[in-house]
Amino acid sequence: MKTAVIVFPGSNCDRDMAVALEQVTGRAPAMVWHRESELPDGVDFIALPGGFSYGDYLRSGAMAARSPILRAVSDAAGRGVPVLGVCNGFQVLTEAQLLPGALMRNAGLNFVCRTVPLTVENSQSLFTAGYQAGETIDIPVAHHDGNYFADAATLDRIEGEGRVAFRYADGVNGSARGIAGVLNDAGNVLGMMPHPERAIDRAHGGTDGLRLFEAALGVLA
Amino acid sequence: MKVNVYVTLKPGVLDPQGKAIHHALEGLGFGGVSDVRAGRFIELDVADGTSDADLDAMCAKLLANTVIENYRIERP
Repeated sequence: MKTAVIVFPGSNCDRDMAVALEQVTGRAPAMVWHRESELPDGVDFIALPGGFSYGDYLRSGAMAARSPILRAVSDAAGRGVPVLGVCNGFQVLTEAQLLPGALMRNAGLNFVCRTVPLTVENSQSLFTAGYQAGETIDIPVAHHDGNYFADAATLDRIEGEGRVAFRYADGVNGSARGIAGVLNDAGNVLGMMPHPERAIDRAHGGTDGLRLFEAALGVLA
Repeated sequence: MKVNVYVTLKPGVLDPQGKAIHHALEGLGFGGVSDVRAGRFIELDVADGTSDADLDAMCAKLLANTVIENYRIERP
């Protein structure tokens, strides 16, 4: 299993993501700089980490979504390679139009940084097959722009297609219909504001994020 | 040639920053403000003769996120 973490100027969860991928696969991921135009050969899992790429200039994720490496990520996603975007990575995926909707300033205007309960809405995806539908899991969030928005027709469509992966069990940031994580139509791209890579070790205070990596990386026990 | 681009949130999209500005205005004693919407102003210095289509593409591809924002291009 060959994995890659895309690194932008201002990414700050790239190393946490690398630790999670190495812990689960036993192999360190390739760290791929945003100026690269190609991914390493044979990559079969791509992660876009959290942080503040390009200082959140213009809009969160807007500049990163137009960086050279995103064309390669988009091509890989089109070929069915799993792509996980966490926090800023989710913002990048929506800005790159690999996922529907947009992430706006939190409704309460505060940066929210705490562990929150999530409801697993879809346990059939390659990322969520390690969970039970309806299960509540605890995953940390840390964001200012996590307020998911899409028009009503889009929300109805993604709900109807089972593309809401996770929902906040309680109000966190004003997200439309409490949406915390969204899948693309093919199911191989997941964006989520909560940080599963921050919940993979008992020392983190919880390990509910581990099953996401185990399922997505095909090593589920 | 200077071109002004105004990026604003679409009607119906909640604007938490506008709301906060509104509250701050009220806190300063300015009554009679019924709503505040915040947007972004971008000034471009482009080659003379840059086409409307090019300016429109710049807005649609980068300057605005058309999921949540509208844009208006103002030539001098």
